[in-house]
Amino acid sequence: MNGLAQAAAAQTAGATRPIGVPPGLFGQYELGRPFDEMFQPDGTVRPHCRPLLEELLAASLPQLRQTQVDADRAFLTQGITFTVYGDEQGTERIFPFDLLPRMITGREWDTLSRGLTQRLTAINLFLKDVYHEGRILSEGIVPRELVYSCRHYRREMRGVHVHRDIYVSVAGMDLVRLEDGRWVVLEDNLRVPSGVSYMLANREVTKRVFPGLFSRYNVRPISHYGQALLATLQTLAPPTSSDPTFVVLTPGVGNSAYFEHAFLAREMGVPLVEGRDLLVHDNVVYMRTTSGLRRVDVIYRRVDDDFLDPLAFRRDSYLGVAGLLNAYRAGNVSLANAIGTGVADDKALYAYIPEIIRFYLSEEPILPNVDTYLLSRPDDRRYVLEHLEELVVKAVGEAGGYGMLIGPHSTADERAHFRHLILADPRNFIAQPTLAFSRAGCFVGDGIEPRHVDLRPYVLFGEKVSIVPGGLSRVALRKGSLVVNSSQGGGSKDTWVLLD
Amino acid sequence: MLLARVADSLYWVSRYLERAEHHARVLDVALDFGLGQPSDGGHRVLDRLHGVLGGQPGAEEDYEGALFDADDRNSVVACVVAARENARQVREEISSDMWEQVNALFLRVRQMQGESSRGARTHFVSKAVIDGIHLFHGITDSTMGRGEGWQYLQLGRFLERATITAALIDSFLTDPSDGAHGRAALDQSELSALLRACSALEAYCRHYTADIRAERVAEFLLLNHDFPRSIRFAARCVEGSLLSIGQHSGRKPGGRAERLAGRLHASLEYGQVDEILNDNPHAYLVGIERQCAQIHAAVSQTYLTYAIDAALSA
Repeated sequence: MNGLAQAAAAQTAGATRPIGVPPGLFGQYELGRPFDEMFQPDGTVRPHCRPLLEELLAASLPQLRQTQVDADRAFLTQGITFTVYGDEQGTERIFPFDLLPRMITGREWDTLSRGLTQRLTAINLFLKDVYHEGRILSEGIVPRELVYSCRHYRREMRGVHVHRDIYVSVAGMDLVRLEDGRWVVLEDNLRVPSGVSYMLANREVTKRVFPGLFSRYNVRPISHYGQALLATLQTLAPPTSSDPTFVVLTPGVGNSAYFEHAFLAREMGVPLVEGRDLLVHDNVVYMRTTSGLRRVDVIYRRVDDDFLDPLAFRRDSYLGVAGLLNAYRAGNVSLANAIGTGVADDKALYAYIPEIIRFYLSEEPILPNVDTYLLSRPDDRRYVLEHLEELVVKAVGEAGGYGMLIGPHSTADERAHFRHLILADPRNFIAQPTLAFSRAGCFVGDGIEPRHVDLRPYVLFGEKVSIVPGGLSRVALRKGSLVVNSSQGGGSKDTWVLLD
Repeated sequence: MLLARVADSLYWVSRYLERAEHHARVLDVALDFGLGQPSDGGHRVLDRLHGVLGGQPGAEEDYEGALFDADDRNSVVACVVAARENARQVREEISSDMWEQVNALFLRVRQMQGESSRGARTHFVSKAVIDGIHLFHGITDSTMGRGEGWQYLQLGRFLERATITAALIDSFLTDPSDGAHGRAALDQSELSALLRACSALEAYCRHYTADIRAERVAEFLLLNHDFPRSIRFAARCVEGSLLSIGQHSGRKPGGRAERLAGRLHASLEYGQVDEILNDNPHAYLVGIERQCAQIHAAVSQTYLTYAIDAALSA
């Protein structure tokens, strides 16, 4: 088919290949049902992606390969690596990086930004309500049972005053784009979301390997994330301290996100501490310095609730600080995020977020949810068990792509296993339709092909909500895969939010 | 303000790098002698250098082990890995450039380890390690503020230097086979090997001419005022860092670590080489190592692992 005939066919059925693009690098680029971030359904390039396409058409395969080698080496020499768990050698790997930036137009971003702000505002109101008077439970909007049975609900936080009522200071909400181009929220990630350092590192590397392209676009800057995070933490400082001390609390060098913890501490200019550097005396937190003990006022903690205080939570935790919960309850130290925020990112509770937004803000949600079946509801359960091969089933308290069944990619044995798990503990599972979320062009070694991609923007809640324009675009680098998690063959790419 | 754990890691970053550099240089000198000196003196030099490394004299494999054996805590690779591991724990405290250099050194050594070329490898690995560490010190010099953290880097580096240089001089200058552990008779090749293992041959020649004599070598390596690898120089740096660390910490001046360092420095500042050599050089050199160990313990007790209750009542 020549270009014209292709275009004509595209008007009816949608093109199967990009139009006006010589095969070459794009020889294997297929357009399909999912939304394509680079090409329109008729096969023509999206206007804001034209300069990117031109840059790629001017490049050769060996050049791109060399660029990939240069980029990978940049990550390795900077030590931007994660430790592979369960590997005796302590092998460090780089997080696979895709060269091609993913573009988001300014208009689209502004909508996303308003939607995320609305969502996090409502979530913070919800958390305050749940841990205090519980209006939303009394009025039956959210079932009491659902909240109290949540694994991340912390009874210890009942009636505790949280400074400024800010429970979630940092959220990393996962968004995907559906076939019709609409953005939906997939997960809220309200505990200790990670990945922001990769957002920043990806930008640095992409700028270096595509300097000409970067200057042709008006890309909104993201490099002030460290300052924005510090400003967010400053709003949490207890009013009693005139010169508050901030720290980042890391589980330590063995944690897979250790690089990020050190990176953020340096960006903010605050100490990176481990549990063993801290101690609590008379409900005040101190750190052990060379000049004696020094009081700590605000802790940006990258340690899960479970490990935070061996006296209150898991007794076998060596990562936490004994007595921290009581110091927190006494108001002598602030934590970001607060303890117990996980109740709002329980995957079953997720289904109620649109109702939560309406209840507290009297607004319609700007960003919709994905349809979600709660397996604790008999009708939903019956439907899901009959349609396991079409749906995605997720355990409610898990993250990182674990505890998940992707129906269309599953075997009969896996489905039988999940059926068994679901019937044993229905509250622990939800199901969602398998989403054909959008795909972006990726350099896969032999050429450019589309791969599924999500977006995790980082939302900071302080004096006001601030969202650095961009996020981590995670890609499922295995062909056809829908799992973007780094532990399961995922990688990432830079995200360019354009000025307009 | 500096976390105690961070201060400890900074101290060990430079201690391990100093040790790696020293061992790499000793290996290089040993290899050079092994290749060209089948004489008695040559063998004695090899025995002594290997004694410093804690290994047995002999074949090519031993050089490989001293370079790459991960189970040997003193192998060059183990020291580089340990330095990097400590640097990784203080990444927010040191400059990115410093971290990247330690990381690059580690990656380079790992890569060389993976390459199967034998023979001339020892020399090139040693050279790469020494160059990489020099570069690290240069980067530190030009990118890190002279605050408390920097002083801990200095302290670790010069305390290690004083200790290992004393051990190296002892292994050459005194004779363990002699019951009294008295002075060894050294020939020119042995003396120049000792100087080269301290990177001091050229500096010595500029100071005393190429006329190499045992007393002068001892004087140069122990008591020289200007040469950065003399023990006196190292002791001066240790004392200076400790005075600064004491001031930063806000503690009363004249603590144990400062007094120990001051005493070591003064004994070298006013020492006489003829007295040292005629009296009991072995005891003197072992004494330096012991004093370094005492300084290490005092620093740890005062600044790093102090009792919490003592700090609360202060």
